[in-house]
Amino acid sequence: MTDLATFWSYLSEGPLLWLTLTLAAYLVGDAAYRRSGRKPYVNTVLVAVAILALILWATGTPYGTYFEGAQFVHFLLGPATVALALPLYDNLARLRRAALPVVAAVIVGSSVAAGSAVGIAALMGAGDQALASLAPKSATAPVAIGIAEQIGGAPTLTAVLVILTGITGAVIATPLLNALGIRDWRARGLSVGVAAHGIGTARAFQVNPTAGAFSGLGMALNAVATAFVAPLVLDLFR
Amino acid sequence: MIQPLLALLACQLGGEAAARVLAVPLPGPVIGMLLMLALLLTLPRFVTLMRPLAEGILAHLSLLFVPAGVGVVGHVATLGTQAVALLVAVVVSTVLAIAAGALTFVAVARLTGAGDD
Repeated sequence: MTDLATFWSYLSEGPLLWLTLTLAAYLVGDAAYRRSGRKPYVNTVLVAVAILALILWATGTPYGTYFEGAQFVHFLLGPATVALALPLYDNLARLRRAALPVVAAVIVGSSVAAGSAVGIAALMGAGDQALASLAPKSATAPVAIGIAEQIGGAPTLTAVLVILTGITGAVIATPLLNALGIRDWRARGLSVGVAAHGIGTARAFQVNPTAGAFSGLGMALNAVATAFVAPLVLDLFR
Repeated sequence: MIQPLLALLACQLGGEAAARVLAVPLPGPVIGMLLMLALLLTLPRFVTLMRPLAEGILAHLSLLFVPAGVGVVGHVATLGTQAVALLVAVVVSTVLAIAAGALTFVAVARLTGAGDD
C-alpha cells in the first residue's frame, strides 16, 4: 500500500501524468461527441472537463498540481489565436463583401450580450462587483479580465463567467440558430464568435469552416467592442 | 514544423509587445493574429508554410480550453450567493446575443445586397 502511495505521489507530482490525462480526456470527449451523432449538448470541452474534475476530486489533487501539466496545452491558446489569421486570409474576399453586416452584427451582438446579462443580473439582485464582473463575459478571457479590473469587477469571477458563457454558447448555438431558420454560415459563425468567444469558435470549426472563420473574426472584433460597450452598459444599471 | 511554429510565436511575441507599448484594448495574441494576416498577405508563400500547422491547431481548438475549464470547476464557489442570478444572466444573455447578432447579420446583408457567392 505504501509502495502504491509512493508510486502515485511520484507520478502525480510531475507534469507528465496531468498532460497525458488532459489529452486522453479530450479524446474521450471528442469520441463521445462523435458517438452521440454530433449532438451539440455532448460538448467536447464539457465532457473532458467533467472527467478531469472528477479525477482531481477523487484523488484530492489541487488544481495547481494539475496545471503544472496542463499549462503546456493552455499555453497554445495564444499561438492558436494567431493561427486564426489563416482562415481569415482564406475568406478575406467574403469578409470584405460582408463588411457592413459584420460590423452591424458585432455592435448589436456585443451590446445585447453585455446589456441583457447586466440587466437580468441587476433585476435578480446581483451586487455592483458581480455586475462589473459580468459585463465583459462575452469577450475572450484576457480581454474580459482586463476590462473587469478596470470597471471594478473581480478577475476570478469574470474568468468563471467567461468560460460558462463560452460553453453555453457552444451548446445552444446549433439548436438556437436552426430554430431561427438562419442558414447563412457567415451569420451563424459571426454571432457565435461575438457571444461566446474562443469556445464558441472551437464549436463553429467543428461544424463548418466558413462558420469557423467568421466566428474567429467575431471573437477578435468583440474584444474591441466590449472595451467600449461594457463600461457604458454598467453605467446604465448602477 | 519548426518554421511555422516560430512564425506563430514571433507574431504573438510582436503582438504582446505592441499591446504593452501601444496600450490598446486588445490582447497580444489578437494583435499577433493581425500581424500574421499582414504576413500572409504580403508573402504568399507563407500561406503554404503555415497551413498544415495552423489547420492542425485549429482542428483541436476545443482541447486548449480544457485546462481553463477544469479551473472553473474549482472556482464555482466564487459565484457565491448570487449564483442563480449570474447563471440565469449568462444563459439568457448568450441566447439573446447569438440570436440578435445572427438576425442583424442576415437583415443587413439583405439590405446591402451583401449576399454570399
